[in-house]
Amino acid sequence: MAKVPVQFTLNGSEKAEFVESGTTLLHALRDKIGDTSPKGGCHQGTCGACSVIVDGELRLSCLTLAETCSDADIRTTAGLAEGGVLQPLQRAFLDAFATQCGFCTPGMIMAAKVLLDRTPNPSREDVVEALSGNICRCTGYEPIIQAVLTAARANSQNAA
Amino acid sequence: MAIRRGRGVAAINYPTGMNLGGDPTQALVHSTPTGNFMVTLSSVDLGQGMKQIMAQICAETIGVPTDRVIIDTADTDTGPHCMGTFASRGTHRAGNAVIQAAKEARQVMLEVAAEELEVNASDLETDGEGNIKVKGAPQKSISIFDVALSAHFKRGRSISGRGMFLIPRSYPEKETGAMKPSTCYAHACTVAEVEVDDETGEVTVLAVKNVFEIGRALNPKMVEQQLVGGSWMGISHALYETTEPYYPNRDHGGTDFNQYLMPGPGDLAKTEIIVLERPSADGPFGAKGPGEMCANPQIPAVANAVFDAVGVRIDTLPITPERILRALRAQAAS
Ligand code: FES
Ligand code: FES
Repeated sequence: MAKVPVQFTLNGSEKAEFVESGTTLLHALRDKIGDTSPKGGCHQGTCGACSVIVDGELRLSCLTLAETCSDADIRTTAGLAEGGVLQPLQRAFLDAFATQCGFCTPGMIMAAKVLLDRTPNPSREDVVEALSGNICRCTGYEPIIQAVLTAARANSQNAA
Repeated sequence: MAIRRGRGVAAINYPTGMNLGGDPTQALVHSTPTGNFMVTLSSVDLGQGMKQIMAQICAETIGVPTDRVIIDTADTDTGPHCMGTFASRGTHRAGNAVIQAAKEARQVMLEVAAEELEVNASDLETDGEGNIKVKGAPQKSISIFDVALSAHFKRGRSISGRGMFLIPRSYPEKETGAMKPSTCYAHACTVAEVEVDDETGEVTVLAVKNVFEIGRALNPKMVEQQLVGGSWMGISHALYETTEPYYPNRDHGGTDFNQYLMPGPGDLAKTEIIVLERPSADGPFGAKGPGEMCANPQIPAVANAVFDAVGVRIDTLPITPERILRALRAQAAS
């Protein structure tokens, strides 16, 4: 099959690859570019483990064609920490024991980040709503909800 | 037609590990040249924190900080034998094996330190911070870093140990069939409160209160995370999860996450967890296995709560609205 060029910014740095037409963004990120932070849970849009941020929007990378992402600004969990320092959201996940096997964690963090970027002081209902497309098998969700609420408080304290 | 409330209770007794043909786990411990300790296991961390717990157990036994221990569970082909991480056996079986291996390694470490300090090994103690000191004369000490260097480059010793923990096979008595499936049991009790809509058959779990008796909690926060997740999973088993939601024809069964239901973040019951610690006789530092146990008592508790609410006994899982409505209809007909 003919290969198509894709070029986008991943966590602030330029990436260019040739992929087969029809390649998902998930496949391109993990197997071509080597960012394995988005996880492939179901490959059909039902688990949220592959969530990434494309031009500020939460997207399921398993349902997004790489070739539709030309010139996009793509963010993944791998790009969050700056100089090895975790972001408050990541820190909160650790502190709240909101991760066990960790498979859902990058998707959860992406979903939470989009929420907090738009709604810095979310209610519990806002958090539940934002995470409702993401499946977690291990934690029972409550620790994740608490982590996001804690991160929101930490962010607003930093801003103040 | 109404929303009816019910409350149910259940208590369970749960074995740590299983005993089919004997239940062994082995561990190997050795020091690196710089005095870190490598634990080699074939027991796998599935996310429940096995590596952290094994590091704590090894560190406690040798007398070093936990961050001086490295856990290698890379390969079940090359690692020492383990039956696996299942049946809540990891902490108990592998933990005991690690203690035995770490004790042997500690002994060699103290012998090398004794030669360096020109004292008897039995007069030495560890300070838990990476040093070995002479009892009663703590100014006379040597770092474990230097002991490891000496063992490796000067004295030609391997600071290492082998550990094996085996629950021997238990044969049933001919007459009674009695046998000992496990040496160690965890316990739990759950009270579930539900609302059942007797028109739609829908069940909402309002609250679960769980008490877990788990031996000693070697890492209380990790125990808690396991119990919180397990309690959620128990409710999920009780009300949602099945690979065949569309019986009677198996061909219409669920095949993926679209059809395999689990409660999401919007369906959480108010959850309370209480931990009781009664150290087990044969567990590492008194630990038992809380892993699987913690997702079990919610199931009969929810079933009992449904009975309390609408008077029907559902004895097939999951307790779906359809099953409740069929049972209600049968009850009305009889
Ligand atoms: S892998 Fe994309 S939603 Fe599951
Ligand atoms: S931590 Fe295992 S799936 Fe969420």
